Amino acid sequence: MQREGSAFQGLGVVTLKELSDHLTSTRMRVLEWLVVLVALAALYGAIQQIKDTTAEDPFLFLRLFTTSRDPLPSFVSFLSFLVPLMAIGLGFDAVNGEHNRRTLSRILAQPIYRDALLFGKFLAGLVTLSISLISLWLIVIGLGLLLIGIPPGGEEIARSFVFLLVTIVYAGVWLALALLFSIVFRSAATAALVTLGIWLFFTFIWPVLAGAVAQIIVPPDPRYMALGLQTPGTAIAEQVLARFSPSTLYAEIVVALLDPTTRALGPIYLSQLQGAVLGAPLPLGASVLIAWPQIVGMVATAILLFVIGYVIFQRQEVRA
Amino acid sequence: MSEDLVIEAKGLTKTYGQTTAVDHISFAVGRGEIFGLLGPNGAGKTTTILMILGLTDISAGEISVLGFDPAREPLSVKRRVGYLPDTVGFYDQLTAADNLRYTARLIGFKFIEREKRIAAALDRVGLAEFAEKRVGTFSRGMRQRLGLAEILMKGAQVAILDEPTSGLDPHATAELLGIIRAFKAEGVSVLLSSHLLERVQSVCDRVALFSSGRIALIGSVADLGRQILGGGFVVDIEADGAGLADRLALIPGVSGVETIGIGKLRLHADRDVRPEAAAEVVAMHGRLKYLGVQEPSLEAIYTRYFESRPDETMHEGARHAA
Repeated sequence: MQREGSAFQGLGVVTLKELSDHLTSTRMRVLEWLVVLVALAALYGAIQQIKDTTAEDPFLFLRLFTTSRDPLPSFVSFLSFLVPLMAIGLGFDAVNGEHNRRTLSRILAQPIYRDALLFGKFLAGLVTLSISLISLWLIVIGLGLLLIGIPPGGEEIARSFVFLLVTIVYAGVWLALALLFSIVFRSAATAALVTLGIWLFFTFIWPVLAGAVAQIIVPPDPRYMALGLQTPGTAIAEQVLARFSPSTLYAEIVVALLDPTTRALGPIYLSQLQGAVLGAPLPLGASVLIAWPQIVGMVATAILLFVIGYVIFQRQEVRA
Repeated sequence: MSEDLVIEAKGLTKTYGQTTAVDHISFAVGRGEIFGLLGPNGAGKTTTILMILGLTDISAGEISVLGFDPAREPLSVKRRVGYLPDTVGFYDQLTAADNLRYTARLIGFKFIEREKRIAAALDRVGLAEFAEKRVGTFSRGMRQRLGLAEILMKGAQVAILDEPTSGLDPHATAELLGIIRAFKAEGVSVLLSSHLLERVQSVCDRVALFSSGRIALIGSVADLGRQILGGGFVVDIEADGAGLADRLALIPGVSGVETIGIGKLRLHADRDVRPEAAAEVVAMHGRLKYLGVQEPSLEAIYTRYFESRPDETMHEGARHAA
C-alpha cells in the first residue's frame, strides 16, 4: 500500500526543535563540561609527556591523542568511554519521554509521519554530538599548536580529521542503541540502565569474555603452549569474537589511524611481513584501508540498530 | 459519500490478538454536528478515535474522514482534523506560544500566518496573557484549553476531543463546553468521547453509547429517551387549588397524575402538556409556583437499556473473557 506524501515531511522542523532542546538542556551542559575538562586533563598529561621524551617523532601531533601520562589515560581512551556516555545521555529518553509527557499522540496527529519524528530525533542527537566533538577536536589542535609550538603537517590533520569522523560514527552507534531502548522501554530509567549495562558489557566485560570463549571454541594447542606462544586458531577466534563489540572496532580503527606504522590489526604470520620495512609509516589511504572493514562494521551496526528501532516504533501503539 | 457527512464509519473493527477492542461499529457524523462517543472506560472509544486519525491500523471495515481514507491518506486527514488526546501533554519547558509554534511549523504555516493564528487562537480560549508563560506552570484546565487553541490554530474542519472534561472542576468544565459550542457555531464538526454522561449530554446533538466495543444505542438524547424510557413526558407541577389533580387528569394525553408532596403533582403524558396544565391552574385561580418537564437523562437511558438486556451484557462478558 502506497502512502501519500513524503516520509520526511516535517523532518527539518523536528530536527531543529530537538536540536534546540539538546543545546539548551542542563544535561547537555553537564556532559559538555565533563568532556572538555577530562579532555584538557588528558591533553595536559600528553603534552608534558611529549615535552619530556621526544622531539624527533615525525608524527608528533598525533601523539597528542594517544600519549598518556600516569595516572591519566590518553585522550583517545578518555574519548572512547565518554562518547558513548554522551550519546546514551542524549538518547535514552527520546521516544519514551514523548510518551510520558503525553505529547506523542498530539504530535503524531499533525500532518507528519512517524518516520520524520524518529529520524529527526536521531539526526538532532547526532548533530549535537558532532558539534561537541568538532569543538573538542579544534581545542586539541589549538592547544597542540600553542603548547608544542610545531605546526601539524597536512597528513596529520587529515588523519585526525578521519579520526573525528570515525568518532562521530562511534557516537552514532550508541545513540542508535539508546534510541532503540527508548522505544522498547516505557520507563526512561529502565532504558538508560539497560543501555548503560550493554555498554559496560561490550566495553569492559566482552573483551575478557571473548578470550575465554575463544579457548572453548578452539582449544589451545599444547605444542604452542609449550613454546609460550598463543595458538593461532585461538587468537583468531578471540579476535573475531571481540570484534562484535563496537568498542573493539573503534579501538582498532583508532590504532590504524593515529599510528601510521600500524600494518595489520590482529595476528599475522611472520611470512606475511616478508619485505616489509618495519616501523616505516604508511600513507593515509593505506591506513584507512586497513581499518576499512571496522569502519564499515560500525556504520552498519548504527544503521541496523536504527532500523530495528524504526520497525518497532512503526508498529507501536501510540496510546499511553 | 454524502455531501454533509464528515466522518463515515462502516463495520469498523479493531482486534488485538484474541481480544476485540472495537466490534463492527458504524456511525456517521454530519457537518457542524457535535457527536458524542459515550461509554465506560475500555469500551473502545479511544481506539475508535485513533482509527479515525489513522494512528492505529484498522482490522476490518472502512472509514472515510472528509472523503479521505485515514489508512492511505493520513496526511490529508491529519491536516484537516484537530485532535485533543486524553490528558493532553505539552513540552513543559517551552512557553504556550512556543508549543503552538512547533505544531504550526509541523503543519507548515509560514511565519506571519503562524503568529497571527497563534495569537488569535490563544485569545479565543482566554490564554492570551499566558502566551509567554511556560506550560509547566499551567493547571489542567489551562492545558486542555491550550489543546483546544491548537485545534483552532490549525483551522480544523473536524475536532476530535478525547475525554475533554475529565479531571476538570465544574468551572473549567463549563468554560471548555462553551468553547466546544463555539466550534459548532463556526461549522466545525466535533466528535467527543466521555465516560461522564451528564456533562456531555448538554452539548451533544447526537450520541453513540458504547458498550464492550459495540455501539449499543445511537441517536439524539431526546430520541433515545423516547425509545428506551417508554416515550413518556414527565411534567412536574407545584400549585395550590382544591381538586387540581382531578382537573389535570382530564387534559387530553395525560395518562396519570401522582401526588409527590404537598401541592406537588407529577403528570405522565405522551406529549408536553405544560401549556394546558398552566391554563388549568390559572382557570381555577390557583397559584402556580413551579412547572417543568423532565428531560430524559442519559444516565437513566443507559441504565435502563442495560437493565433490560441482561442476557446480552452477560454474553458480551463471556465473549471478552474468552
